[in-house]
Amino acid sequence: MSVDLLTVKRVAHLARIAVSEEDAERMTGELNAILGFVEQLNEVDVSDVEPMTSVTPMEMKKRQDVVTDGTKAADIVANAPATEENFFLVPKVVE
Amino acid sequence: MSDLTHLTISEARAKLRGKEITAAEITEAYLAAIDRANPVLNAYVAVTADKARDMAKASDVKLAKGEGGALEGIPLGIKDLFATEGVHTQACSHVLDGFKPRYESTVTSNLWADGAVMLGKLNMDEFAMGSSNETSYYGPVINPWRRSRLDTVVMPTTHQGDGGFVSAGGAKTARTLDNAQLVPGGSSGGSASAVAAFLCAGATATDTGGSIRQPAAFTGTVGIKPTYGRCSRWGIVAFASSLDQAGPIARDVHDAAILLKSMASSDQKDTTSVDRPVPDYEAAIGKPIKGMKVGIPKEYRVDGMPEDIEALWQQGIAWLKDAGAEIVDISLPHTKYALPAYYIVAPAEASSNLARYDGVRYGLRVPGKDIVDMYEKTRAAGFGREVKRRIMIGTYVLSAGYYDAYYLQAQKVRTLIKRDFENVFAAGVDVILTPATPSAAFGVADEDMNSDPVKMYLNDIFTVTVNMAGLPGISVPAGLDGKGLPLGLQLIGRPFDEETLFQSAHVIEQAAGKFQPEKWW
Repeated sequence: MSVDLLTVKRVAHLARIAVSEEDAERMTGELNAILGFVEQLNEVDVSDVEPMTSVTPMEMKKRQDVVTDGTKAADIVANAPATEENFFLVPKVVE
Repeated sequence: MSDLTHLTISEARAKLRGKEITAAEITEAYLAAIDRANPVLNAYVAVTADKARDMAKASDVKLAKGEGGALEGIPLGIKDLFATEGVHTQACSHVLDGFKPRYESTVTSNLWADGAVMLGKLNMDEFAMGSSNETSYYGPVINPWRRSRLDTVVMPTTHQGDGGFVSAGGAKTARTLDNAQLVPGGSSGGSASAVAAFLCAGATATDTGGSIRQPAAFTGTVGIKPTYGRCSRWGIVAFASSLDQAGPIARDVHDAAILLKSMASSDQKDTTSVDRPVPDYEAAIGKPIKGMKVGIPKEYRVDGMPEDIEALWQQGIAWLKDAGAEIVDISLPHTKYALPAYYIVAPAEASSNLARYDGVRYGLRVPGKDIVDMYEKTRAAGFGREVKRRIMIGTYVLSAGYYDAYYLQAQKVRTLIKRDFENVFAAGVDVILTPATPSAAFGVADEDMNSDPVKMYLNDIFTVTVNMAGLPGISVPAGLDGKGLPLGLQLIGRPFDEETLFQSAHVIEQAAGKFQPEKWW
C-alpha cells in the first residue's frame, strides 16, 4: 500500500500537524519508503496467532480505590503557557 | 593525584567509603571536565552544578559518619527523558520548551535515595527517536572516538635524561586520528558520549529499539536494557509504552550491575512494573560460566555485515567456549520481521503518547486563529522531522480501515518473534550471543543515512528483537575494528535473568579488556 499527497494531508490533519505543500510532498516519499519496508510483514503466516497484548505475562495490578494524591492545582498548571486562577487558558471554542 | 574522573563506580565507591576522597572532590572533577569538553562533545543539555555541589556536600556528611547508600557521592548524568524535579526535562524537543516538572521519576528517585549526585541532563534524540543523536533540538552529540589509521613510522634513536628511556630507533606503528566527527549512536547518545569521555561516572538511558545498546557499542561502553517491567516507567517521557525500558550505560560490567540494582524497583505507580525483588546483580559477576548453554542464532548473520563484526562474533564465541560454555547453533526464524513490525508498533504507540503535546498544558504554544489552528501550528513548530514522520506513520496505521492490515498484523508477528525466543529457552539455552550493531559508529551528517530513513532504522536490526519480546539484553565492548573504532557484542537472556547477562558479559570483558578513546577534545 502507498499514500498519495491528499492522504498525507489528511493524516497530518488527523495528527494535528500543520504541513506546507512542500512538507507534504517530502513526507509522501518518506512515508511510502517506510510503508514499502513494512510490506514484508504480509509474507508471514499469522493464522491462529493471537496478537500480542502484554509482553510479560502478568496480571494487571489493582489497588484500593482510594484518593492517594491531589490538591496540587498550582503544580499542575505551573508549566502551562497560559493560565488564570489554576485554569488552563485556550482560544475560545464555544461561540 | 590521579584523575578522579577515571575511577570506575566500584573504585570510587571504595575510596569514598574509605575516606580517601570526598564526594565534593569527585563532583568538582567531573564539573571541570564537563566545562572543558561539553562545548565540543555537546553531551549535556543542562548542567546542574549547584545542585551537584549540594548533593555532594550532603553525601560527604553521610560518608563521614560511615553512613550512606549504595551510590553515595557518585556523580551521574541523567538522560533528558527522565523527569527531574525543577530541572530541565524536555526529551530534547522544542515542543517541551521550558518544561520543569514538579515531580521526580521513580528511577531517578531511586538513584538519589541511594546517594547519587546529579551532574545534569544528557542530550538525546528528540523523544528518543533516532539512532545517531542527530534529531535532538539541541544539536548532535559527538562521539569521543575517532577513526584512526595505522602508520609505520621510523623512530629516531633518542635518549632522555636521567632515569628516562632509551629508544633504539627502527620502525614502529603509530595511530593517527582522523578529524572526521562521528555520531555516538542514539537515542541515548549523550549518555554514551558522556560516559566514554569521562564526563560522568555512569548515566541513565532508555531503550525502545536499541537506544541503550547501540550507543554503548558505538562508544566502547557497557549498556543494559533490562526485562520489560524491571525499571518503573513512571516519570519517563513516554515514546512507545509497550517497548520502553530504562537502564544504565557504564564504563564496565560491574558498574552497570551497581547502577541497575539502584534503578530497578517495584512501583505502584507503573502497572507494568513487576512485583519481584531486585537481585544483587554484583554477586553474579565473577561466577564461572562452565556448562552455560550459549545460543548462536544463524539469522543474525546479515548481508553486507562488515568482516570485522563477523570476526568479533567468532572471537566472542571462542572466549565463552574457553570459559567452559557450551555453544549451540539456534534458529530464531522471525528475526527479519522484527524491525518492520517495530516500525508499525512503535510509531502507533508514539502517535498516541505524543498527542498530549498540544500547547495547552506545558511547553511551547504557537497562537492560531482557533484552537485547532493553535494545535496544528504548535505541533508543526515543536516537533522535528523524524518525530513528525513517526507520528504520521502511527496515525496512518491506526486510522480507520488500516488498523487490521498494519497494527494487528504487526502485533501477531510480535507474538511469533517472542515465541521464537521462548522455544530456544525451553530447549535449554541460557543466553544468546549476537553482534550488537551491524556497523561501527558512522559520520555526523552521513549522507546515506540522512537521505533514507529506513537505512538509519537498520542500525537497530540486532537490538530491536529484544524489545519486541520484552527480554533483557546487554551490549559489551569486545574489540576495535580496523579503523580503531569500538564494536560491541550483545547477550540476550531469559525474562528477569539479568544476572546471567552480567555473569557472561563479564567473561567477555575479562577476555577483551576495556577500551577508551584517545583524548583529543
